[in-house]
Amino acid sequence: MSAPRTLFEKVWARHEILKGPDGDSLLFVDRHYAHEGSFHAFNALRKAGLKVRRPDLTTGIYDHYVPTDAARTPASAEIGDMITLFGRNVAEQGIRAYAPGDPHQGIVHVVGPELGETLPGFLIVCGDSHTATHGAFGALAFGIGASEVAHVLATQTIWQVRPRLLRISVEGRLGAGVTAKDVILAVIARFGANVGLGHAIEFAGSAIRGLTMEGRMTVCNMAIEAGSRTGQIAPDDTTFAWLAGREKAPKGALWDKAVAHWRSLPTDEGARFDRDLSLDASALAPMVTWGTSPEEALPITDRVPDPAAAPDAARKAAWAKSLDYMGLKPGMALDGIAVDRVFIGSCTNARIEDLRAAAAVVKGRKAVVPAWVSSGSTAVKLQAEAEGLDRIFTAAGFEWRESGCSMCVGINGDLLKPGERSASTTNRNFVGRQGPGARTHLVSPAMAAAAAVTGRLTDVRKLAAN
Amino acid sequence: MAMQPFTALDAVAAPMPTPNIDTDQILPARFLKKPLGPGYDKYGFADLRFDAAGNEKPDFVLNNPPYRGAGIIVAARNFATGSSREAAVYALLALGVRCVIAPSFGDIFYSNSTKNGLLPVILPEEAVNRLLALLAGKPGTKLAVDLAAQTVTGPGDLAFRFEIDASRKMRLLEGLDDIQLTLKYRPEIEAFERAYAAAPFGA
Ligand code: SF4
Repeated sequence: MSAPRTLFEKVWARHEILKGPDGDSLLFVDRHYAHEGSFHAFNALRKAGLKVRRPDLTTGIYDHYVPTDAARTPASAEIGDMITLFGRNVAEQGIRAYAPGDPHQGIVHVVGPELGETLPGFLIVCGDSHTATHGAFGALAFGIGASEVAHVLATQTIWQVRPRLLRISVEGRLGAGVTAKDVILAVIARFGANVGLGHAIEFAGSAIRGLTMEGRMTVCNMAIEAGSRTGQIAPDDTTFAWLAGREKAPKGALWDKAVAHWRSLPTDEGARFDRDLSLDASALAPMVTWGTSPEEALPITDRVPDPAAAPDAARKAAWAKSLDYMGLKPGMALDGIAVDRVFIGSCTNARIEDLRAAAAVVKGRKAVVPAWVSSGSTAVKLQAEAEGLDRIFTAAGFEWRESGCSMCVGINGDLLKPGERSASTTNRNFVGRQGPGARTHLVSPAMAAAAAVTGRLTDVRKLAAN
Repeated sequence: MAMQPFTALDAVAAPMPTPNIDTDQILPARFLKKPLGPGYDKYGFADLRFDAAGNEKPDFVLNNPPYRGAGIIVAARNFATGSSREAAVYALLALGVRCVIAPSFGDIFYSNSTKNGLLPVILPEEAVNRLLALLAGKPGTKLAVDLAAQTVTGPGDLAFRFEIDASRKMRLLEGLDDIQLTLKYRPEIEAFERAYAAAPFGA
């Protein structure tokens, strides 16, 4: 009998080509996703006179810079140039890329799984910190910088120092109106935005197992907001059912073989983690961030905290700075804070299930502030249209946008104005993230929908279904 | 992106006591499309350094004369968390920063910086707090960082030792290019690839 191993250890071991003389490992990369932001890496490759070693294992996806208006008009010539440049880079290197007009154009972390290119046990990298999303399938997936992207393009491998292992177990049943987004925000609020630094996280426990794949992706997506490059969830029947029949997923006898392999991946009984943390799911409420770090989050039923009550001097100063930036006063009820705009989108919360949850709240109501929906992928958009969700949103006055990163980061020009306050289904409430001076409150899709129809941060549980 | 070796540095250090200074603040997203080259320093901390009209904000530490051109930043926990943008490292280097000392770093930034000759030094929170207080109290104070010895030293007998992975230390000291290093292992990579392809999904 071999010693019990974790999911992480099994996937790592299978990809380890060799150990370097100084203790790091050279790992084989099954899949690399590239987007328009990868240009520094393509430049570096060109400068070194190298070609992409395995163009068949890189998939290009247009997301960060693409416009999301119906006509797909770049907000500036410079932004248009970035899109053209990406097209040149992938064409020159023989990489398949999904551009606007293709049903699989969308946000890289929505499209990869949707195509079935993300599979359990794979090692997946992308020059984007939310690559952890793919860990929802039991892949080992992490974001990398441009130098590492260039290295992957040139060698199909990556050097890594093995992280420590952290398990976060969420046990129990989620209450009505409490979603995967609330779980991960609660985890980060409880344990801090740096709890996962230097660690690979495995999310476990009955509440995690009970999530759909969309929910699991939302949780793993924000592992990086908990400080970790990677978050994983053990693959199970929910995973396999979601993947079966997808375009790039294995088929026939190979599928059966794959499933048999994937069933061997979950962490063995008795395997060791460097750290174990747990959270009670039944105690959770819908969450909302009040500050400028994702750890600055509270249940919607709570109040804006008082810096005077902060646990230490550093946090006292940080909270005061956050409140000043956010334009909030200590003691204000979170429920009722007026917002200027609502954004439903991003790789965190723009999958079909997210749109369904938001539409269920919006149905029969009117948005009282400008509100956008930008689907996670064009395929999600088409599916939502087939289900009639687009008509629910447009009848309520929402803008039904094309797919892309859009207002999550505003690289394409979709920005808030200085001082504007948004309820947003994205993942970062950082200073200036949605535009200079913009104020972001992170929430679930249902909570964003509730904010749109009331014009305020609102406990969605108070809005009866129409 | 050519890697400059890092051996030792003796430079003015600037204090940034706010935790969670993310890479969106170090390099705002709208500058990500800018090519590298002269003028890249303008983008570093742009929204903290400049107001909407482009004037310097006097309250930002690097605009304060004694800290201007600081080669070292001493920061609070979780420095450069968030986005994987390596451009945050390029912006720091363009500003002349070669070393950041903090109790913790965003993991991706930590790795990115070591690929570009910027040394991230992890010190315990108490040590960083001492440094922050010292730098705020005596603007313009210089610190000395020695990677081979793994030490940070300052005025008087101020001295701290830090840990760093042997692999990262070696690459920084020698300014090694990872791709050239890896290509030496080509036979091993190809052998692995053949065996891996022959047994899809583990069987
Ligand atoms: S949606 Fe936002 S977080 Fe996700 S990949 Fe795009 S910019 Fe990054």
